[in-house]
Amino acid sequence: MADTVESKKEEADYKKLFSFPLIRNTDMPEEMKVETMELCVTACEKFATNNERAAKMIKEYMDKKFGSSWHVVIGESFGFEVTHEVRNLLYMFYGGSLAVCVWKCS
Amino acid sequence: MGGGVEEWTQERTLEKPANQLDLSEEELNEEITRILTSNNPHAPQNIVRYTYKERTYKPMSTVDQLAVHCVLEGNLIHKDSDEARSQRAQQGLIKEKSVESLPSTEVGTDGEKIEFPDEDPGEEAVEMVEGEGGVNEEMGDEESNVRKERKLKNQFNFWDRGSQTLNNPLRQRGNQTELPPRVNFSDTANWCTMYDVYTEELQLQEKNKEKQRTQSSKEDKRETKLVPTETQSDDISKLARVSTNMERMVVQNIFDDIAQDFQYFEDSADEFSEGGTLLPLWKFHYSKAKRLSVTSLCWNQKYQDLFGVGLGSYDFTKQGSGMLLLYTVKNCTFPQYIFSTDSSVMCLDIHTKMSYLVAVGFYDGCVAVYNLKLKTMLPTHKSSVLSGKHTDPVWQVRWQKDDMDNHHNFFSVSSDGRVVSWTLIKNELMHMDIIRLSPEGAETVDSGRCIDFHKEFDNMFLLGTEEGKIHKSSKAYSNHLIQTYNAHNMAVEAVRWNHFHPRVFISCSYDWTVKIWDHTVPTPMFTFDLNAAVGDVSWAPYSSTVFAAVTSDGKVHVFDLNTNKYKALCQQLVVAKDTSQLTHIEFNPVHPIIIVGDDHGYINCFKLSPNLRKKPKEKKGQEPQKGPEAEATKMEKLLNFPHF
Repeated sequence: MADTVESKKEEADYKKLFSFPLIRNTDMPEEMKVETMELCVTACEKFATNNERAAKMIKEYMDKKFGSSWHVVIGESFGFEVTHEVRNLLYMFYGGSLAVCVWKCS
Repeated sequence: MGGGVEEWTQERTLEKPANQLDLSEEELNEEITRILTSNNPHAPQNIVRYTYKERTYKPMSTVDQLAVHCVLEGNLIHKDSDEARSQRAQQGLIKEKSVESLPSTEVGTDGEKIEFPDEDPGEEAVEMVEGEGGVNEEMGDEESNVRKERKLKNQFNFWDRGSQTLNNPLRQRGNQTELPPRVNFSDTANWCTMYDVYTEELQLQEKNKEKQRTQSSKEDKRETKLVPTETQSDDISKLARVSTNMERMVVQNIFDDIAQDFQYFEDSADEFSEGGTLLPLWKFHYSKAKRLSVTSLCWNQKYQDLFGVGLGSYDFTKQGSGMLLLYTVKNCTFPQYIFSTDSSVMCLDIHTKMSYLVAVGFYDGCVAVYNLKLKTMLPTHKSSVLSGKHTDPVWQVRWQKDDMDNHHNFFSVSSDGRVVSWTLIKNELMHMDIIRLSPEGAETVDSGRCIDFHKEFDNMFLLGTEEGKIHKSSKAYSNHLIQTYNAHNMAVEAVRWNHFHPRVFISCSYDWTVKIWDHTVPTPMFTFDLNAAVGDVSWAPYSSTVFAAVTSDGKVHVFDLNTNKYKALCQQLVVAKDTSQLTHIEFNPVHPIIIVGDDHGYINCFKLSPNLRKKPKEKKGQEPQKGPEAEATKMEKLLNFPHF
């Protein structure tokens, strides 16, 4: 019982601690990077339970803002190998359990 | 334009062909009758033809009289002719068809149409009834055909044109852009990696925080250390000090001969004559003050190589910005301090004890105090409209001894007729009117021009006005004039108490005169006419009888009354006579040098030759008299001398 409580507490701590966005890999220019990151955070917060809709929102916004053919993947566990246009990739973690990969390739 | 009309009418003569017969009037009037006959005049009348019947030639009795001159083939055809009918049939195919289908009506169509108006309406109605269905349709067709024909009103005047333009040749162009550079990227995201990454990041952040903490604490320590020696951290200020020193050294090397002259040169000609000379030393000029004239000069009493220069314009129409410069004789190429001001600087005074305080009066009536210690270009104190500024140019400011509360204070005098005492309290200038020269109700405004305070009784002061009067007054009684001297015919440019003798003062004016007064006597003791407008006069600090004046013709006049009561010992032209005029002069408090300012912003420094700073002759066996008392008695002697 105590273990579970502790583990729950730990989990809560973990969530609290890791709530910040963490950029794992990007080659975007600074301004674009910041904007994309903020966009990802807002999308993930807005659709906390629906990754698909979050991804859709990110993609649509990015298409509008930076030109078409953006691709977004959001998930807790996935592997990928993508070809992207140079200076148009952002791979970040958010909230301790979400990975977001945004890239452009037409 | 009658002539024009005539000409025009005259020109209307009949023009004749060149080959027209010239006929006289009679010939013209002669009637010639011509009868037209049907005979052809050109027809041959004697045509002979051979007859085979009679086997002889016989003249033809009948000759063809017809001559055809012109034949025009017409293409009009009569409406009722067969040709016309066939043509019409060709044109109206529909009509033909209807004709074929119902030949019985063929003849009737036209006829019916024409006959309609003649026929009774009743008959028509009957026919219409008879023709129901098919006939009615035909009628419609026929009518439409007729209408079509009638629309072409002029069948023979018909144009048709066509043209073909050249088609532009088609071209095709293709291009292939390079693909934007692409890169492959692959990763695997799962909870494990995310956790690792986040924990790493957190650790890093913590480390950074710690570092920052230690750094900030270190910085704090450093700052506390740095506070007392703040200037050291500033490289430029460090450099500035060194560079000014370097500049001075370089300038002193360049002007080494002048420095040598200043120290050692004595004009040997003085031994043989009574007169003296002025040896030009440094020349001060600042390029940005080229168009401004020197409006005031003042030596610093503490640092005797430093002097202040007020630059502005006396010309009412050319008022602009002014400048306050402080030069040192150690560096004549560039001012030590530069303050540019919005309005012309008209006067300045450097505090005798607080040698970093400079009081300045402006053309716009403001007074201000600059602090040389501060690095700002702005005055520390400045009067404003609210704090009782003058409404006219401030002509003179004079520092006073600190008041009872140890506040610095100074006096200013302006054209608006007020003498105001200004007290520096913290950041403010408190003002107090001492004298209003224009009494209430008086029409003319008496305007102050210059002021000087007595060396011993510092309550007593002299006030020169633009009307040429000099008032003696006291700080003790406000708004009360003790005595008034009708000194000059024009504005009193300067008035100064003697440094040694308590009763003597000097005044000068643009009316070409310099006058020396005993303040107890209403008439001048000495009057000197310098043959030009006198801009400024100054007592020498070393002798009670020596004074110098500058005139607008570019001359410096130095008098020693002890040597010559009537003539200047030295009259020297120091600037170009016709281009610039001298405005101000000031003796150095210690060294035997004078500075003279002109109206082009130049300040010249001169060394007085020995004759101009001669001590009274030592009598044998007597102790050489020295000190202020001796100077005072020397002046007293002169005053007691009978005047004419």
